Amino acid sequence: METLSLTVNGVRQEITCDPSTPLLYILRNDLGLTGAKLGCGLEQCGACAVMIDGEATFCCNRPVGEITEKDIVTVEALSNDPVGAAVQRAFLAEGAAQCGYCTTGIVVAATSLLKENPAPDRNAIVVGLEDHLCRCGSHARVIAAIERAAQELANG
Amino acid sequence: MANAFSSPSLPSHPGLDEWVSVKPDGRIAVKTGKVDIGQRISTALAVIAAEELDVPLDRIEMIRTVTGEAPDEGITSGSNSMMESGHAVRLATATARRHMLAQAAKRLDVEAGTLEVDDGQIRSRDTNRSVSYEKIQGNKPFEIDVDPDVDVKDPTAHRIVGEKIAPLGLSEMVTGEYRFLHDMKMDGMVHARVVRPPHYKARLNSLDEDLVARLQDSGINIVRDGSFLAVAGPDEYAVIRAAEGLFSACDWEAGDGLAEGDVFESLTANTRESRPVENDGVPQDKPVPPMADPPAGAAATLEARYDKPYHAHASMGPSAAAAISTDDGLRMWSHSQGIYFLRDAVAEAFGIDPETVRIEHVPGAGCYGHNGADDAAFDAAIVARALSGTPVLLKWTREEEHAWAPYATATSMKLRASLDTDGQIIDWNHETYGDTFNMRPRSGPNMSGAARLLSGRYRDNPPPEFIPQPAMFRHMGIHRNLDPLYTFPQKRLVKNLVRDLPLRTSALRTLGAFGNVFALESFMDELANAAGIDPVTFRLNHLEDARGREVLEAVAARMDLAADAGIGRGIAFAQYKNLKAYAAVGVELEVTDAAEIKLRRAILVGDAGEIVDRDGMAAQYDGGFLQAASWTIHEQVTWDRDGVTSRDWETYPILGFDNVPEIETVLIERPGMPFLGAGEAVAGPTGAAIANAIYDATGLRLRRMPFTPEAIRAAAMDA
Repeated sequence: METLSLTVNGVRQEITCDPSTPLLYILRNDLGLTGAKLGCGLEQCGACAVMIDGEATFCCNRPVGEITEKDIVTVEALSNDPVGAAVQRAFLAEGAAQCGYCTTGIVVAATSLLKENPAPDRNAIVVGLEDHLCRCGSHARVIAAIERAAQELANG
Repeated sequence: MANAFSSPSLPSHPGLDEWVSVKPDGRIAVKTGKVDIGQRISTALAVIAAEELDVPLDRIEMIRTVTGEAPDEGITSGSNSMMESGHAVRLATATARRHMLAQAAKRLDVEAGTLEVDDGQIRSRDTNRSVSYEKIQGNKPFEIDVDPDVDVKDPTAHRIVGEKIAPLGLSEMVTGEYRFLHDMKMDGMVHARVVRPPHYKARLNSLDEDLVARLQDSGINIVRDGSFLAVAGPDEYAVIRAAEGLFSACDWEAGDGLAEGDVFESLTANTRESRPVENDGVPQDKPVPPMADPPAGAAATLEARYDKPYHAHASMGPSAAAAISTDDGLRMWSHSQGIYFLRDAVAEAFGIDPETVRIEHVPGAGCYGHNGADDAAFDAAIVARALSGTPVLLKWTREEEHAWAPYATATSMKLRASLDTDGQIIDWNHETYGDTFNMRPRSGPNMSGAARLLSGRYRDNPPPEFIPQPAMFRHMGIHRNLDPLYTFPQKRLVKNLVRDLPLRTSALRTLGAFGNVFALESFMDELANAAGIDPVTFRLNHLEDARGREVLEAVAARMDLAADAGIGRGIAFAQYKNLKAYAAVGVELEVTDAAEIKLRRAILVGDAGEIVDRDGMAAQYDGGFLQAASWTIHEQVTWDRDGVTSRDWETYPILGFDNVPEIETVLIERPGMPFLGAGEAVAGPTGAAIANAIYDATGLRLRRMPFTPEAIRAAAMDA
């Protein structure tokens, strides 16, 4: 066990844990941030995506000991971010989820994508989501939501 | 009869108080036995209640489904929820409204006919005096029955039924605040994982006692009952590692392993129970008549065989459950689709009184039938009983969900039909082969509930193995949509429940309908082609059902006949179970040089009766299309002697964001007509429309799913 210092959603936190524990378990069990989900534990589905230094990252297999110096942002903080909030509004407007289990990871990916590329074409959106899975079949609505969010942000 | 809405849930739950209550603050609590699994049933039910009672949607509180508290409406399945719970809630809220208006009339000393309701305020048009619902009924039981003949609101007066509504829970889903079962936290809770054998047939010989001692010293509990093995402890990741370590250190007896070989050969070669299916989809308890020679007037006779592999639920979240066992009984939290059946099966397995078991439904990841939810709940209960007094949150792994949850059986469909000289079908034969779809845990003789809970088979003194018998109800499992909606002068339909197949199967979205509609709607195209008639006209020539004709014509009118060269177009159609929602699907796709299918456009036309939650219904069609397209193009469970080999998303690939067509979903308006349930209608037609479009694009007729590049290349080699 080690005591590590993590910056999550702008707050510095001291965590005593086994440093090989994947970040996802620390977020969910130690910090009560359950927005990121365990879908596979294999970095294959994207349900666990969070932003690490601004980049959407799957954290189900990422040892927490390796990311102590980085800035971690989870879906819970995105409502306070203009791009994240626009994505969330657009998901509501497009009804872009059914069960919602993959949704938080996709919201994180979409926010990261729009921060990097504020006017993505459809292909850029698809590439931005290529590692994310959805089982209920909300894909078309998710793509429409990201297009809507980009439009809304462009219109100010 | 003053309305078109009858509910099979009402005879066993006739009391109005079982469905609706008015709280002192004016909120309306609505109870249902149907659970939300991502299909937005709770939104639809809330809309129905808000409409009938004339209150805003946010005044409706959907009460979580708990055994002993919610009406027992069986299983949330079969696209039945709108017809069962939706109709019940409409009749219950209409009864509640009429009752409260009668009370208000007395209180205000006016005629009930002069009253109107706005935002829960009952107001007299004559005197302008008003009284609220809560004044009349707040926290007071109605103590009357739901009137099945009650007048319901005229659809022309609907304010929110049929509108686009933001689904309940979605605003929390996008912020991460939505609570799934996986997110539960209880004081003193331990996390638990099961240590599964390598495969179905393996059994646990012995544990590495040194490792067990070390794990116990580190605070990990080990629970063993026969070949059921689980670990539990306060730190989730430590529990995961303990489970992995323990698995490797166990001595497993592998037994014979799984039966290898070509399952499609087994489907038509193995022992089977065969039943003729007659009278609109009802199996008959009599010998199957032999297939006659084609009729004398046959100008052409075609035969074809279609195959569908095993499909996995592959829910995004591995199944989970929570449980605590105390002197007061067993309390459980599950995302099962049938918590009453689960309660009885769990009680049966432990030999305890079902009344001492309380199960609360908590949402899990999207679920499309009998996935691992019930099994995980039983696993959690076994661990909780071993760790009496300690709350247990047990989660399956991705591997477990992929390798141990029940599958949709592989099926084979053999068809033969004859055409007369006018291109009309004069004889139709369809035999369908598969394993059971009915393995949900349901208590009964020989501990049939316990026997169908996965871990029940691995504990000491397991119940006798459950041997499924052919389901005999109309459009049940294997024979769902076996009987086509078309009118043919002669039909011979046979269901075959095949024995000794290798994998564990049960209910998955549409049951047998997906394979049967894929086969019959592919075959209709083959016959149309043989008759030299376009596929839409050919179908209409055999279809009398007016609503069926309307969806088919609507899809045909929207197909892009001037699509670019290289684009293949296909259509298909069905009415789910010949009595639920209608769906016609048009697909435009391209088959690339790499033999990959690229979906370009999909047109989905649906008729599910009166539209309640417009966007929710559309989501069932467009989401159902994408899931069925995934089955069709990508999916198959694989295995060898040592177990299931499709154990994650790489070995069981599904449709991704890179193959999403432009989707146009058209919903037919049927105000005032019974709800038909939209969840499963589109799947069968999707598989066939894709097959038909591939044929249109390439001239290749694919009859075995999945339609992978390998399958397309193999078909091209054979052509």
